[in-house]
Amino acid sequence: MRLEYFQMIDKVVELDLEARTLKTANTVPCESPIFEGHFPGHPLLPGVLLFEIMAQSCGMLLLRLHNYDRMAFLASVDKGKLRTFVVPGQVIDVFARLEHDGSGYARLKAEGRVEGKLVCNADVTLKTMPFPAPELRGYLLSTAERIGMPMGDAVINVAERAGNLTHV
Amino acid sequence: MSTTFETVANIIAETCDIPRENITPESHAIDDLGIDSLDFLDIAFAIDKAFGIKLPLESWTQEVNEGKATTEQYFVLKNLCARIDELIAAKSA
Repeated sequence: MRLEYFQMIDKVVELDLEARTLKTANTVPCESPIFEGHFPGHPLLPGVLLFEIMAQSCGMLLLRLHNYDRMAFLASVDKGKLRTFVVPGQVIDVFARLEHDGSGYARLKAEGRVEGKLVCNADVTLKTMPFPAPELRGYLLSTAERIGMPMGDAVINVAERAGNLTHV
Repeated sequence: MSTTFETVANIIAETCDIPRENITPESHAIDDLGIDSLDFLDIAFAIDKAFGIKLPLESWTQEVNEGKATTEQYFVLKNLCARIDELIAAKSA
């Protein structure tokens, strides 16, 4: 993770397009200015960033399922639970599952675990729309590459449609 | 068996914490019930699940924004329910 850049996902562990699920692994850095304030002498990953990790995992799953044709923005978090502290150095395994792909929105379920223990979970709603800027799409594609997202046919399709936004 | 309107009204009441008796077939979801776009996503999700359909929210919004349709056509509940029934019929056809 690079917390200051909101790069929350380190790597993709497993993508199942048929089941519409994604597993990611994410290591909390040992050092970050965030821990100087949150909290002195008792560094904890802020709860909002646990929601962000789940939201980004959901978003990367949805983008992959849509072949990077549309951007996904966090719209709401329901039934959010922060179950225990997460501290520097721990690895958070996040599991995201697409529950419903609606018109202009999607509902997903996500949970995070540390050493198998549930630390957070939520129902996440993402609003989807055409990419508002081409550089954002490029950034998300480079992020997908960085985290090792299996691209399969999407790589070819994305390359073929570079710069040509379509509606899913 | 619940009618489409009863199901939709119950969804709205539960999702938006609106008294059920305030919700009528003539109610405009936005103007009368004060439902905003984010709340309507939750309602759409519940409707999609309840009826096994996919409300075409994006195309409706686009039509309204382009002046090709009025919000009444889609967001007055009796009209919304008629659209839902059409989608259910199309799914079964």
